[in-house]
Amino acid sequence: MEAGFALFVGVLMGCGVYLLLRARTFDVVLGLTLVSYAVNVFIFLMGRAGGRAPIIDGRAATAAYADPLPQALVLTAIVIGFGMTAVLLMIALRTRAEAGSDHVDALPDSTEDGAQR
Amino acid sequence: MTVSHWLVAPIVLPFITGACVLLLERPAPRLAAAVSVAATVALLAIAAALLWVAAQGGIEVCLVGNWKAPFGIALALDRLGALMLLVTALIATAVVGYARGDGRGDQQGAHFHALLQFQLMGLNGAFLTADLFNLFVFFEVLLIASYGLLLHGGGAPRLRASVHYVVFNLAASALFLIAVALLYGLTGTLNMADLARRVAIAPAHVGPLLQAAALLLLVVFAAKAALLPLYFWLPATYRAAMPPVAALFVVMTKVGVYCFARVSSVLFATEPLRDLTHPWLPLLALGTLLLATLGALAARRLPELVAYLVVASAGMLLLAVGLGSERAVAAGVYYLVHSSVAAAGMFLLADVLGRGDYGALQDASLPAAAAPATAFVVMAAALAGLPPLGGFIAKAMLLDASQPLALAPAVWTIVLVSGLGATVALARTGSRLIWKTGGVVVRSAATPRRTLADRGAVALLVGAVIAVAAVAGPLTDYALATAHQLARPQAYIDAVLGAEPVAPAWNPRAGAEGH
Repeated sequence: MEAGFALFVGVLMGCGVYLLLRARTFDVVLGLTLVSYAVNVFIFLMGRAGGRAPIIDGRAATAAYADPLPQALVLTAIVIGFGMTAVLLMIALRTRAEAGSDHVDALPDSTEDGAQR
Repeated sequence: MTVSHWLVAPIVLPFITGACVLLLERPAPRLAAAVSVAATVALLAIAAALLWVAAQGGIEVCLVGNWKAPFGIALALDRLGALMLLVTALIATAVVGYARGDGRGDQQGAHFHALLQFQLMGLNGAFLTADLFNLFVFFEVLLIASYGLLLHGGGAPRLRASVHYVVFNLAASALFLIAVALLYGLTGTLNMADLARRVAIAPAHVGPLLQAAALLLLVVFAAKAALLPLYFWLPATYRAAMPPVAALFVVMTKVGVYCFARVSSVLFATEPLRDLTHPWLPLLALGTLLLATLGALAARRLPELVAYLVVASAGMLLLAVGLGSERAVAAGVYYLVHSSVAAAGMFLLADVLGRGDYGALQDASLPAAAAPATAFVVMAAALAGLPPLGGFIAKAMLLDASQPLALAPAVWTIVLVSGLGATVALARTGSRLIWKTGGVVVRSAATPRRTLADRGAVALLVGAVIAVAAVAGPLTDYALATAHQLARPQAYIDAVLGAEPVAPAWNPRAGAEGH
């Protein structure tokens, strides 16, 4: 099962990195979302794959339970990732509206907009 | 209420202020700004008091939630953390004053003060926390506030810089999470003190994985601190940001350096992780210094030049951390205070000089230009590391500390060449800005008058730069004591793990039984 999970995380991460390296904001947002899924599953797995639900009811040895802490960590990471993706989407949409293109370098650089000095 | 309870103040005060400002800014924008300024000044006072506490040599620990150390989240205050808090609060005070000043920088977009306060909350939290996941959370707090601040004022160049900056940092955050998860999976803890203890007793076969996790962590910190292959975002970002925002962002690169120092001190003291940063960190830092100097020489505008000097200062600081000897780290601590304040001041000053008022100096405008021109000379000398200011003292300390090392010739050459390069770049820019004669004075009607607030803000940072040199004796003593403390992490580990929860003054269960 570990191998399956590892493959799953690896494929997600690979697709995410591929999309992240493309120069379109839409692809980059999708890529970052896939990367954050991969990371979240990875954190989750760090609490032992395939353990019992961490409700200590005395019916199994302590070693059989999954570690509940990564589940709390992953919850925090999901919430933060959601917020960050929302911010990035907003910025990407603004860029698309201002530049008329979703290329990441579509807008002019600050050195090109006439000398301030 | 004991001293250790005050450790939450630098986090809670900006948090509550930010929330209040959000509520107040629509109905009463002036009141909201006044609250923000007052809270930042109060933060400065708290940071000064905490520095005094830390200067006694002990390590204060606050158990948030009153759980004993490895289980709950602990905040810890040592000399390095306290110094970072004070530098941050000082720069924040100048920034908030400058934004209230002439340009009404805080009115050029929504929520400036709220974002500034949340950024302060994230920064202070990162300097205080003793837990890696908590560090991640505070990183995200300061980053999400910085995304808003970078966009503040609007415009296409800022939007462009924001896209790059946000994507870069989100990718770095993903790496941070992988590193944290890996460390947790291997050791079962994220408390830095507990982590240090468990790394030391970890079985040999997990050693390489631990090293991989630690190196991933360092990649993230290097991205924040702008180390060689990962600094390309910085000049574009700082150049695009509004001047007060750029001044505040100077502290953000120092967060990366701080984390490098903290992690090297606490985690990398024991075997599988010992000497993990040798010898690549000093080499990369030297490369950063060299390339940043070239960037400074090629920069076409003062803010861009200062941005490259911020990268160069990050190179100097990581060089000090990478060399690792106590005296090198002490030089780094001293340089950290000096370079943060000088770079932040220069960003504000660049705005003052860049408004067109001082574009061409003629007899009539001489008195008006004298003060900013003098300030420019002082700050330029400070940034280039010329005597008698602090940059010179720090570089002398660092060169002296590197003397016995094999790397010494490279360190001496590159540090001195970068000082020369910065001097040339700053002198050229300064003469073009201030001594240009025969040109037309560009004074548009829209150029606002200088007010007391922004003069005071620039004066505060120029004064701080001079003060850093004036109190060089006590400050280097403090820096040496800081390096001494960092070289002996056992005290930090004992303080965090030994902190006892506070017994409740009132026991709710006892009360319930009475009925």
